[in-house]
Amino acid sequence: MTSVRAPCTLAWLLASGLATAVWAAQPANPSAPFAPSALYKPLPVSIFKTVLPPDGKQGLATVKAFGLRSLPVSNGEFSAFTQKSPQWRVKNVAAVFADGQYLSHWPASGLPGKDQLSQPVTNVSWFAAQAYCEGEGARLPTWHEWEYAAAADPTRVDAREDPAWRERILSWYSRKSAPLPSVGSTAKNVYGIHDLHGVIWEWVHDTSALMVSGDSRNQGDPDTLQFCGAGALSANDRENYPVLMRIAMLSSLGAASTTRNLGFRCAKDAAKPKASQRIKP
Amino acid sequence: MRKSSKAESLLATAAILLASITLIACDKAQAPGVPVAASPASGATGSAKGDFGPPQGEPIKAVLTSPPNVPPATGRKVPAKVIVELEVRELEMEISEGVKYTFWTFGGTVPGSFIRVRQGDTVEFHLKNHPDSKMPHNIDLHGVTGPGGGAASSFTAPGHGSQFTFKALNAGLYVYHCATAPVGMHVANGMYGLILIEPPEGLTPVDHEFYVMQGDFYTTGKYREKGLQPFDMQKAIDERPTYVLFNGSESALIGDKALKAKVGQNVRLFVGNGGPNLVSSFHVIGEIFDKVWFEGGSKSQENVQTTLVPAGGAVIAEFHTEVPGTYVIVDHSLFRAFNKGALGMLKIEGPENKAIYSGKEVDSTYLGDKAADLGTVAVATKAAATGVLTKDMQIKAGAALFTGTCSVCHQANGEGLAGVFPPLAKSDFLAQGTAKSIAVVINGMSGPVKVNGKDYNSVMPPMSQLNDDAIANILTYVNNSWGNNLGQVTQAEVAQVRASTPRAQGSAH
Repeated sequence: MTSVRAPCTLAWLLASGLATAVWAAQPANPSAPFAPSALYKPLPVSIFKTVLPPDGKQGLATVKAFGLRSLPVSNGEFSAFTQKSPQWRVKNVAAVFADGQYLSHWPASGLPGKDQLSQPVTNVSWFAAQAYCEGEGARLPTWHEWEYAAAADPTRVDAREDPAWRERILSWYSRKSAPLPSVGSTAKNVYGIHDLHGVIWEWVHDTSALMVSGDSRNQGDPDTLQFCGAGALSANDRENYPVLMRIAMLSSLGAASTTRNLGFRCAKDAAKPKASQRIKP
Repeated sequence: MRKSSKAESLLATAAILLASITLIACDKAQAPGVPVAASPASGATGSAKGDFGPPQGEPIKAVLTSPPNVPPATGRKVPAKVIVELEVRELEMEISEGVKYTFWTFGGTVPGSFIRVRQGDTVEFHLKNHPDSKMPHNIDLHGVTGPGGGAASSFTAPGHGSQFTFKALNAGLYVYHCATAPVGMHVANGMYGLILIEPPEGLTPVDHEFYVMQGDFYTTGKYREKGLQPFDMQKAIDERPTYVLFNGSESALIGDKALKAKVGQNVRLFVGNGGPNLVSSFHVIGEIFDKVWFEGGSKSQENVQTTLVPAGGAVIAEFHTEVPGTYVIVDHSLFRAFNKGALGMLKIEGPENKAIYSGKEVDSTYLGDKAADLGTVAVATKAAATGVLTKDMQIKAGAALFTGTCSVCHQANGEGLAGVFPPLAKSDFLAQGTAKSIAVVINGMSGPVKVNGKDYNSVMPPMSQLNDDAIANILTYVNNSWGNNLGQVTQAEVAQVRASTPRAQGSAH
């Protein structure tokens, strides 16, 4: 078990290492036509009940303190990023980094339409999302980080036991695709974070480790242990369909995949207090 | 179809390999393009018996049809490579009048497109998930021999496509469905359909083939509550459907969209049940299935009234149409049919066949134990015809008829009901003369009337269903019962009164 998971852990550490300890928001391009204040909101360290337990049994995941973008990245912001990093423009992007649907909702000019600027960006691959976040001095959130932040509602840190919470999320699943609203259109949760539910799917850093079998009835088959990553193990909370469905969605994707309802937001490790500020025990 | 033991599956694999080798060799011996009458290698067991070797000829694109239509028979004698392209779409459609629901569909319809191949065919399956979809989807075909029925191999994100290939080893009618988490929800949203794997000899030709599939649906709103209704997970878990439907809508098989056939035709129904929860007691009101291939398998049962279709199962039902009319298709768990929408129609046109079914011949009041033995009436009628009718015969016949027709109001003892129905016993009204009594029976009576000193004001309808003979007997009975002694009434007297009064409109009922 430990030996199979090792490569994943390593990858995760490497990815974390890429993140700098910058805490405040740094818009990718301050001169972009649309530059909302997507602040990184701090979330405290937590031992968190997850549907994808790292050990496959206890259902608990330790999430270190981190910061999460209060808003998903918008078309406007992503457009500014592509201006700065031309290798991510539609016409330049390498096929191994993004499939044929990459930014296909933008007009042929390769720039988003005016009405799209404030909408969350979608049709972006994992590679593109990660590159964008690096540009913000950040990274994609891990599944556990995302799950932890998304368990909250406007008044509670963990609303998942509330059937009404589940119903609200499911009702988005059961609506067909429609034009997206502007980022920040849904109520912020207790951490001050918007749009975690009810607008788009979001990439997570360890998406490819969410090896939920495409055939959802296979969970718990020991064969799945051959895959690395927490998702190879049984999803723990079968009744928590909304979360299960998000995992199913993410697990259907390759890192170059893009879809019309899939966007992202970024996360940062919490800045470590400077040595001089540490209080000695 | 799933292997029971490893040993058996190894054997089967060996047999498949053997069969393939044999047939490849055989194929080479043939001139190109000449069909080979392929048959499995001798000694093949289980599903391997359906392996007729490698596909022959050019690949064929499968004809897919929307319900209630069924693709034409493959008409092939040799195994082919068949390409199936199925697109998943998430669509807002009407589940009931004024009620919208977001269906997840295989091919844009609920149930999904009907797929028809032949046993031994190699099916190259392309599953595409429309870019507008929110969800990833996949497909588990019950006609596939292999893990997950194709589910894991066909897991497809929105805006993507997957491909896998299988050999259709077992003939039969099979359900396919989405198996993505949560499976129940994907199925409850309409992600199911049927694949027919024809036996090598094909199916007997019939005049009509129809595709009907039942499913249960769970909306947060009540049955027929208007507007866009979201899926209700709790109701689904509790197995309390809001709708139980054929072909995904309350109106799918109703009115203009009813299934249509003509008298004297053979009809074949491919009936599936997607579930996700309920088992169907499939029944066509007024038809008896001549043959049912229960569970979609190879054996048939004859003369079936109601056939059970398991969730995730199917049946083939056949019948010959004899009598025109509308035949209602139901799940005979009847509250589903009449309160949740599990209702469809088959309209059969053509000439009546009164020898088999007459249509309504008699519409009469049924009185349970008040209905008397009418043998005495027959005796009296016969006696009247031969001129030997006696008063006693008339009284006996009249008593039987009175019980059936008159006693409901006037009561068996002739006392009537105080204030509502006037008495006949010792009635001063009857004493006013036979002609008047006859006229009341023929024409009815309404408005105020005084009988034995008491006022009545109600309605007696014209007894236009009674003939002269019957009226004469009834009045003879009345005139000579309960203390009345008013003599005999003859058929001729009744005829005379009838002739002298205008024909009453309407009937007693």
